[in-house]
Amino acid sequence: MLKLILNRLLIAIPTLLIVSLFVFALQHALPGDPFLVMAGEERDPEAIARLRAIYRMDDPIIMQYFAWLGQVVQGEFGRSLRTGEPVLGLILQKLPVTIQLAAASMLVALAIGLPAGIIAAVRKGTAADYTASAIALSGLSIPNFWLGIVMILVFAVELRWLPASGYVPFFSDPLGALETLVMPAFVLGSGLAAFIMRHTRSAMLEVLRSDYVRTARAKGLDERVVINKHALRNALIPVITLSTILFGELLAGAVLTEQVFTIPGFGKLIVDAVFNRDYGVVQGVVLCTAVGFIGMNLLADVLYIVVNPRLRGR
Amino acid sequence: MSRPTATWSLAAVAASALALAASMAMPSPAMAQGSTLRIGLQEDPDMLDPHRARTFVGRIVFKGLCDKLFDAGPDLQLIPRLATEWSFSADGMTATIKLRPNVKFHDGAAFDAAAAKANIDRARTLPESLRRSELATVDSVEVVDPLTIALKLKQRDATLLSQLADRAGMMMSPASLSGDVAARPICSGPYKFVERVQNDRIVLEKFADHWEAANYSFDRVIYRSIPDTTVRLANLRSGELDMLERLAATDVKSAQADRTLRVIFTPGLGYQGITLNLANGDAANTPFGKDKRVRQAFSLAIDRAVINQVVFENTHPPTIQPFPPSSPYYRKDIPVPGRDVAKARALLREAGVTAPLKLEAMITNNPVDAQLGQVIQAMVQEAGFDLQLRSMEFASQLRDQQQGRFQLSRVGWSGRIDPDGNVHPFWTTGGGQNDGKYSNAEMDRLLNAARAVYDPVERKKLYDAAQDIAFDEMPLLYLYNQPWYFATSTRLTGFQLHPDGMIRLAGLKRQ
Repeated sequence: MLKLILNRLLIAIPTLLIVSLFVFALQHALPGDPFLVMAGEERDPEAIARLRAIYRMDDPIIMQYFAWLGQVVQGEFGRSLRTGEPVLGLILQKLPVTIQLAAASMLVALAIGLPAGIIAAVRKGTAADYTASAIALSGLSIPNFWLGIVMILVFAVELRWLPASGYVPFFSDPLGALETLVMPAFVLGSGLAAFIMRHTRSAMLEVLRSDYVRTARAKGLDERVVINKHALRNALIPVITLSTILFGELLAGAVLTEQVFTIPGFGKLIVDAVFNRDYGVVQGVVLCTAVGFIGMNLLADVLYIVVNPRLRGR
Repeated sequence: MSRPTATWSLAAVAASALALAASMAMPSPAMAQGSTLRIGLQEDPDMLDPHRARTFVGRIVFKGLCDKLFDAGPDLQLIPRLATEWSFSADGMTATIKLRPNVKFHDGAAFDAAAAKANIDRARTLPESLRRSELATVDSVEVVDPLTIALKLKQRDATLLSQLADRAGMMMSPASLSGDVAARPICSGPYKFVERVQNDRIVLEKFADHWEAANYSFDRVIYRSIPDTTVRLANLRSGELDMLERLAATDVKSAQADRTLRVIFTPGLGYQGITLNLANGDAANTPFGKDKRVRQAFSLAIDRAVINQVVFENTHPPTIQPFPPSSPYYRKDIPVPGRDVAKARALLREAGVTAPLKLEAMITNNPVDAQLGQVIQAMVQEAGFDLQLRSMEFASQLRDQQQGRFQLSRVGWSGRIDPDGNVHPFWTTGGGQNDGKYSNAEMDRLLNAARAVYDPVERKKLYDAAQDIAFDEMPLLYLYNQPWYFATSTRLTGFQLHPDGMIRLAGLKRQ
C-alpha cells in the first residue's frame, strides 16, 4: 500500500504543475484588467499604471508564472489584489469552513443515498424501489438555490428554529455549528444522495445477479448476511469512487449553497476572486483544490483495498 | 488492521473530515446579540486602508472605524469632524484647517497636526494610493501649530474640502502607517477593529476614548457580507441582522408591508445612465456618434417613467441630469421630458438617417440590467433604432468601454458630494471617465473654471451653462437617479440616511 501511495504522490507533482500552468494561462487570457477593477470607480490611468508596475504585471507572462511558482515552492502564495490579505492565510481560513460543510453534506448524502440505493436494489420493482427512485430524482431535480431559499424562509424566517445563515466552527460551539450546518448540509447532501442512491442501486443489482451471491444463497445463508457481507462490500467499489469524486467537488466549494447560506468557504472566495480578477487568490485556491482532488483519489485507492482485500496483492 | 464494514469506512471518512475541519477551526465569532449591531452589506469590502480602498461598502465600514476631517450633511454641506474650522487664503492657494483637540487614535496616540500631515502626505504620495488624483492640487502640507495645518495648493481647488470629507480625509495612527494598514487599521473612529473574515464579517468594538463616545450606544458592530438580496432580507426578517443596506427594488413593497421592518429611502448622489461613444475609435463612426440629433432622438424614444414603473416598481426616480436632487447644483427648472416618438423620428429624418439604425449596447450581465436593456430596446425600436444588446461581465465591459469597443454602454456613477466629481471626469476632453471621448472647448473652459471658483453662486452659474451644453449635445444619457433603500428592524431607532448612502452609527439604538 505504501508503494501505491508513493507512486501516486510522484504522479501528483507533474499533475499539479500542469494544473498551475493551465490556470495561470487561462486567467490571464480572460478579458478584463484586474487593475481597472482595483483602481475603483475613478479608474485613474496613472493609478492603474502604478499598480501594474508594483505587481509586475507588465513582465512577460512566462516570467510572471515562474516568479509565482518560485514563491509557491517556498510556501508564499502572494497577496490578494483586492483585500491585501495573504493568499495562504485566506486559504487556511476558508479550508476548515469548506471541509466542515463538505463533510456534513457527505454524511447527509451517504445517510440518505446508501440505504435508499440498497433498498431499491434488494426490493427491485416494488413500491420501495419506485419511492426511493422518485426521492432520488427529486433530489437531483430541485435546484440548490431554490431549496436553500425555501428552507431559510420556512425554518429561519417563519419558524425561527434555525439561523438563516453563517458559519460556526464545530469545535468552538458544536451545537451552534450543527444549527448552522443543518440546512446547507441537507441542501447539498440531498442532491448528492441521488447520485449515490442511483450508483448503489445499479451496482447492487449487478452484484446480486453474480454467481457468488447465488452460491451464498444456495448455502442457505441468511439474506441479511448475503446482502451486508457479500453483496454490499463489492457493490461499494464504484460508490466509493463516486463519493470521493463528489467529496472532491465539494472541497472545490459549493458556490450557490455558500452564497445562499452566507458560508465563507472556497466557493465564494473563488467566485469573487474571478470576478475581481484577483489572480493570486484564484491560483492559490485552484492549486489547493487540485491537491484536494489528488488526495481524494488517493483515499479512494486506499479505501478500495480496505473494502475489498482481494485488491491488496495488485 | 481491523476490517470495518464498507459503509462505516465511507461514513468514517466524512466524519474524520468533519473532525479535521473542527481541529482547524477559527476562533469563535463574536456573535453575541446583546449590545451588538449587525449590519448586512451587499458585498465584501476591499482593503481596509482608506488610501487604497475603492468600494462603497468599504466606505460604510470606515464610517465606524475611521474619523475624517469633514463629513457631508443631508444637504451635502460640509460638517466639521476632526476639522473644527477652515478657511481659504485671499488668493485661494492655501487652505488652513484647525483640528479638534483631545482626539485619540485607537492605539492611544494623540491626533494632532503632525498626524494629519502624515496621513495626507501618505494619501498623496503612496504608490498604491487611489487618493493621489483627489489630492493632486496639494503641493505641500504644513504644520502651523499642534492643532492647525495649512494645505498649500498648486492651483485653486474648490473640490478639495469635499475630498477630505471622504477617504482622503480619514486619519490613521501615524505609528501604523508603516505597517500593514489593511490587516489591522488603527484609526480614531468611534469603533476599533477587532477581526475580519473575508467574505463573511468585519467586527468592530466600541472605542471608549472616542471624543464623541456618548453618542454611540452599541458595544460592537458586525458587518456581514451577504450578496444575495433575498437572502439578506431573509436574514433581517429572521432577526440575524438589525439592518441592511441596498434593499432590492423588487423587495421594497414586501419589506414595507412587514410590520417588523422599517424601509428608509433617500435619493443618492449618483445616477445610472448610458455612456455613448462619440469619438473613441472606429465604433464611434456612426450617425449616432457624429450627430447630436440622433442621440436626442434616442433619448426622446425612451420613456423613463415607464422604466421606473416596469423595472423598478416606482422606486427609482427618472432623471436627465448628472446631479442629485439633494445637490444645490440640481436644475429644478429642467423637468424630465416625456417620450415623444414622433419627434424622435423627425429628428432622425432631419439627420438623414434611414431607419432602422443598427446600434449595439453593452449591458452588465445581471438580471436588472438585462431587463432594463430589453425595455429600452423595445422603446427605441418604435423610433427607428435596431438596438442589439451585448451582455458582459463588468470587468470586461469596463475594458471594452475604455478601449472604445462599444457604441453604447449601460453604466452608472455612485456620485460625489462636490458637483465636479459627477461631471468633470465625464465631460471634459481627456477626462478619466470620458470613454466616449466627447470634446467641447467651451465645456472644458466652464468645468475647469468651476473647479477654481469658491463662491457657490458663481459656481452654479458655470455648472448651469455646462449642463445646457450637455442637454443639447448629449455626451451621456441619464436614465434615473440611484436611490438608496435601506431596511432596519423596527426595534432599531435613530438611523438617518443621507444621500451618500453611508451608515452613520451615532444615535443608533435598539429598543
